[in-house]
Amino acid sequence: MSLPPGLSFAQAPPIMVPFRFFLSAPLFALLVALLALWFGPSLLESRWQPSVLALTHLMTLGFLSMVMVGAMLQMLPVIAGSPVAHPVGVARAVHLLLVSGVLFLAAGFLLASPWLMLLAMVLLGGGLLVFVIAVGFSLARAASGNPTVVGMRFALVSLTVTAILGLVLASNFGWKWWLISWIQVTNLHLTWGLLGWVGLLVISVSYQVVPMFQLTPAYPKLLMRWLPRALFVLLLLGSIPWLLADSGMQEQVAIVVALITVAVLALFALATLRLQSQRRRKQSDVTLLFWRFGMVCLLLALALSIVGQAMKISDNAHGENFMPIFLFVAGFAVSVVNGMLYKIVPFLIWFHLQSLLMGVAKVPNMRQIMPEAGMRRQMWLHFLAVPLLGLSALWPLLIYPAAVLFGVSMVLLEFNLLSAFRVYRKHAKLAPKNDLQTI
Amino acid sequence: METISSYMSGDHHRCDELFAQAEAAASGQDWAAIATDLHAFLDSMHHHFKMEEEVLFPAFEQRTGMTMGPTQVMRMEHVQMRELFDAMADAVKQQDRDEFLGQAETLLVMMQQHNMKEEQMLYHMADQALAGETAETLQKMRAVGA
Repeated sequence: MSLPPGLSFAQAPPIMVPFRFFLSAPLFALLVALLALWFGPSLLESRWQPSVLALTHLMTLGFLSMVMVGAMLQMLPVIAGSPVAHPVGVARAVHLLLVSGVLFLAAGFLLASPWLMLLAMVLLGGGLLVFVIAVGFSLARAASGNPTVVGMRFALVSLTVTAILGLVLASNFGWKWWLISWIQVTNLHLTWGLLGWVGLLVISVSYQVVPMFQLTPAYPKLLMRWLPRALFVLLLLGSIPWLLADSGMQEQVAIVVALITVAVLALFALATLRLQSQRRRKQSDVTLLFWRFGMVCLLLALALSIVGQAMKISDNAHGENFMPIFLFVAGFAVSVVNGMLYKIVPFLIWFHLQSLLMGVAKVPNMRQIMPEAGMRRQMWLHFLAVPLLGLSALWPLLIYPAAVLFGVSMVLLEFNLLSAFRVYRKHAKLAPKNDLQTI
Repeated sequence: METISSYMSGDHHRCDELFAQAEAAASGQDWAAIATDLHAFLDSMHHHFKMEEEVLFPAFEQRTGMTMGPTQVMRMEHVQMRELFDAMADAVKQQDRDEFLGQAETLLVMMQQHNMKEEQMLYHMADQALAGETAETLQKMRAVGA
């Protein structure tokens, strides 16, 4: 018997593979906070403003996707037994293309420049293509029985759909060609991005990390198996009514699909909160609190989006409904990602140091690498920023304190990550010279 | 029917339970109790490693001819975890709570990602490779002393 093709027990890729993404991400979120201060309450007037589009992409691509991409490159060997080929080259290329692409995209929106837009499309399209191909190969080889692998495949397909729709929209924004359904295409783009790419990835990673970090029972088998599939099928169904434009059924189909989608996501949030309440580990930690906060925000976002839709239908109102999206992105997605960083980063530093220094020097433990007090401070700033941001949908002036708190929280996050990374650099110097190529 | 997967995964859970107990004990002041709980946990881990290193891994290696493959990585991770066991035991001797909890947290993540690889890959491969001798292998593992 030999190993199934592609299956490998090779350990973590070199530390800079995920870290170049992790260390860049908070800087984009900080940029979002600064721009929010600059534009102020005007941001809340309409979602179609270039400023809003720029901020949204700095947040979703610059912060969320940045961390998610790095974490996937890191986790695939452990979770799927299937490492990404050429991780160093892939990480460097994707990181460079993503960072420059997001910056040009934001600039393209803000300056309404077709040429910056074109540049952004090439860079982002290229970066995501490299990522999707590299991770796609790895996921295709992985064992299919694993619900996390299945969910990640759907997430990757969703990312591809999101990117293609995004490229269509960006070309339309840059050159104003005649795209009759651009509102519907935009809605599809953000649905596939938020519920597909972000939602499915969080769900599939949760299956592994929720039980693992807190020693909770496993998610129910049926839920693990069917939830990502159901969500993916719902995303497909939700895309059809738009294709069946003017069939008369459109509105009803869309509402039914949306309601079931909300129910599926709520089921995930409730299952996660329930498992966490049954945890065998008594020690509470920052990651657990971030995740609980994230799940509560997800539930609130879902409830408010139903209420918002209902009001819209009854009043025929055209007001913007920013609150659910703020709660989903900043309250749910950012919190979960932030909480994950606080486990992955100190662990990886410990792990790499221990491999380098075994028998040479004592390696600091995770809490010495990432002190609890610093994480907690940042966590509380984030927990204050999110409700203020949500309420800014009703009282736009609140965008100022929300942006200040969020910005300071991201400065602290970057500081915490960099301090941990400095511990790594300092200790890695003690390693015997021939091991240094792994740095 | 009991498989290598189900038996060894069950043993992981037993170890997890003892870990949670030792960690919970460390929030109290009773260092003798912490030491007792820690040793119950460490004994269960040493026993688990012994079952793998003395019975399961050699049987797997012999059957598959893979001596430098997954079992080698698992042995390496056992060495890394043993260092953490020693650090935890030292922390208890010195009654240093922060050091103990920091080492425990580190071990938890290390141990869980290790178990994940075993439960999702290695044990299934072992079930296949040792299909004809499951009962015998299980019996040998049960016979391993603490």
